[in-house]
Amino acid sequence: MDPARKRKVRLVSALSAALLLATALVYTSFSAASPARSPSQLLAGAQPGRSYQLTGTVVAGSVRRRGDVLDFRVRDRAGTASVPVHYSGTVPDPFREGREVIVTVRRQGSGFIGERDSLVTKCPSKFSVKPGKGY
Amino acid sequence: MAIVGRACLLLALAVIAYGIGASLYGARARRPEWVASGRRAVFALAGLLTVAMGVLEIAFLRSDFHFDLVASHSSTTTPTFYKAAAMWSSQEGSLLLWVWLLSLWSSLVLWVTRGRLREVVPYATSVLLGLAGFFVGLLVFATTSPFQTSAQAPADGAGLNPLLRHPSMMIHPPMLYSGYTLFTIPLAFALGALIVRRVDSEWIRATRRFALAAWLLLGIGILLGARWSYAELGWGGYWGWDPVENASLMPWLTGTAFLHSAMIQEKRGMLRTWNVSLVLASGTLAILGTFLVRSGVLDSIHAFGASTLGVPFVILIALLIAASVGLVVSRRRALASSAQIDSLCSREAIFLLNNLVLVGLCFVVFWGTFFPLISEALTGSRASVGPPWFDRYTVPLALVLVLLSGIGPLVAWRRATVSNALRNLRAPLILAGVAVAVLVVAGVSGSATALAMFGFAAFVVAAMAQEFVRGTRARRALAAEPPMRALVSLVRRNRRRYGGYLVHVGMAVLFVGVAGSSAFQHARDVRLNVGQTATVGRYQVRYVGATAQVARDPAHTGAVLDLGAQLQVSRDGHPVATLSPSRGYYPSQDPAQGSVGSLIGGDPVSHVGMRAGLGRDIWSAITPDISSLAPLIDRANRVVPFVRPDLGLIALGAIAGRYLRQPPPATFRLIDSPLVTWIWFGGIIVFLGGLVALWPAPALARRPVLAPARARLARQPSRA
Repeated sequence: MDPARKRKVRLVSALSAALLLATALVYTSFSAASPARSPSQLLAGAQPGRSYQLTGTVVAGSVRRRGDVLDFRVRDRAGTASVPVHYSGTVPDPFREGREVIVTVRRQGSGFIGERDSLVTKCPSKFSVKPGKGY
Repeated sequence: MAIVGRACLLLALAVIAYGIGASLYGARARRPEWVASGRRAVFALAGLLTVAMGVLEIAFLRSDFHFDLVASHSSTTTPTFYKAAAMWSSQEGSLLLWVWLLSLWSSLVLWVTRGRLREVVPYATSVLLGLAGFFVGLLVFATTSPFQTSAQAPADGAGLNPLLRHPSMMIHPPMLYSGYTLFTIPLAFALGALIVRRVDSEWIRATRRFALAAWLLLGIGILLGARWSYAELGWGGYWGWDPVENASLMPWLTGTAFLHSAMIQEKRGMLRTWNVSLVLASGTLAILGTFLVRSGVLDSIHAFGASTLGVPFVILIALLIAASVGLVVSRRRALASSAQIDSLCSREAIFLLNNLVLVGLCFVVFWGTFFPLISEALTGSRASVGPPWFDRYTVPLALVLVLLSGIGPLVAWRRATVSNALRNLRAPLILAGVAVAVLVVAGVSGSATALAMFGFAAFVVAAMAQEFVRGTRARRALAAEPPMRALVSLVRRNRRRYGGYLVHVGMAVLFVGVAGSSAFQHARDVRLNVGQTATVGRYQVRYVGATAQVARDPAHTGAVLDLGAQLQVSRDGHPVATLSPSRGYYPSQDPAQGSVGSLIGGDPVSHVGMRAGLGRDIWSAITPDISSLAPLIDRANRVVPFVRPDLGLIALGAIAGRYLRQPPPATFRLIDSPLVTWIWFGGIIVFLGGLVALWPAPALARRPVLAPARARLARQPSRA
């Protein structure tokens, strides 16, 4: 094989490998991703067994700790619609009532079960973006 | 004083405009005195911004609450050490820190390159000043000024967010931002080189040290962030594929690729387009990283709309990408190189493969990080991928990368014979095999990936050791020196090479820590009463008793109340450690919580109780259930007036006493985490190796680098 042809073959095989990998990446990201939903969207229709990424604000007065389990309600950022979440696992330090959280949940009956260790709050270095909250 | 700061920012804008004008005019009209004046504008900018930083920093240290920024981010109860760091916990303060560091590093590079790269420098100066102008412009026009003052100063400030009160927060942001800003320096010189079509290796040589420093400081910044997360967040992890973490990792990955492929261009004159693209990508990703952290675009689309920084940043990044692509395409002839890779069994080929893996990794991280935006654009619904998705791609790529970091240095440039390469690889491969066999016999099992990583890391360490031994031997034969002296002079004469090898060793050690702690970690969240025991991994942890301290502040972070536990850790009945995790409670600014309640109503923060060891860390955090104390706090609120915080502390003392006498159950997070120490240890080795590579070479070794430049100048008398 002459060098130019050899180079071309290499280039084509490298490019097709890259393309294959990229396709796998794109495909898996769409199939593995859990869609982000607000509480009102979840109330409007959540399929059982499917996992969603619930984002919203922890409702004031709703946090109950029973043993290793944390029960709380999450409401829309702007609104009052809220869903109950039954969660166990790590609770980040900044978690408290009135704070924005993200938690991966699955529907069970009328409530939602939080996936273990999936509860996150916003990175503390960004709290200062919202003025007048008195942190 | 605030007026001085404001004046400095406005003057800075004027100096920037002048500097860009002078540099561009000097370049067009071939008037070197104007170019020199443009360079001096950068020095003046650094001076002005230093004064501005000084004004703000002094205001923080003096707790001058006339400054709105000080009032909202510091307080008299914030410890002095953290008052200094509070400056960059704010949006405006961190932008000022960014542009200040940019002006310092720009001054340094322009001073180092004075008299060199005459054609490129004016354009690079303009790019650097343009970037500085963007950030100063943001501070002046887009955000509230960091020097905003109120006539009526509040009695006390809100205080630094307690979560940020960790020693690494003092150096983590400056390190990270130094890394980000240093990456814009090769970017500016690459753009300059493209504009004047001087795309040989000279701009790479002039800025290589800056790229290396950027890579090193960004890496250390990332690691310090991981350390903070591990030691402060009450979560026990060091990496979570969070957008902010990913943002800092992406330029680091492309920067790593560039540091390797730049060597190919210096040695063989190849890969010019690739190198320029990597540098442009690293610089742009560094700015993208700043944007991600500062705008909150990925946390919430609403925050993006609310933040005034989003649109200007998007315009800047779009401009950078357009300029980069346009310049690379229009200069493709000048970038073409005649040399080709001779063989797939050569160091060039290995470096190229390592580059592809690194860029692939960067793409994976990019895709995962921006997936919420991508999916929203494509499907209309916002979705995100979690750590398992990232791990699926990054784990195999990291394995390949570690393996390549051992193979690369053992394969010769240009064309290595397979038999020769195998001869070099033999001893390290055997050692790696022995290491894996020993681990398997010792009972390490359950994770093939971790075992593979251990094997690859052993291979890398053995391969690098072999290189050091061979080099020292050759040096001894040549100069008849004793072994230690030979080793030292070997490293001194080839700092870049052996510094690089040390970095490889450090990364291998670091990845051993990552693999071990991810694969063999045991974590539990348990609720315990005093006297109860929980088992985590190989250890039994007993809740021995409660601890409570008022206004003692054992962690020196300004906590008013500190509730914790004594934990007795034992293994097979033998005590191994006593841990004292606690939770610090901080004052809030919320009067609705009452006079006593507001003393401890801020964000509570875990103070981790940990015993770190070379083999494993035993890690614990506590969340006391203080709901039983609420009635007591309510009663104290009614009795103690707001103006008597001293009485409030006495009431808290009584409440803490009650907590000690009747300790309520507490939730503990307990982790038995092997090899985490190796991550920090590996990081230190990487840092030392980077320093060796960065350290200025002795004058003798520097001469050959200048020789080609001189020869070219001699050939082109009209240009010189």
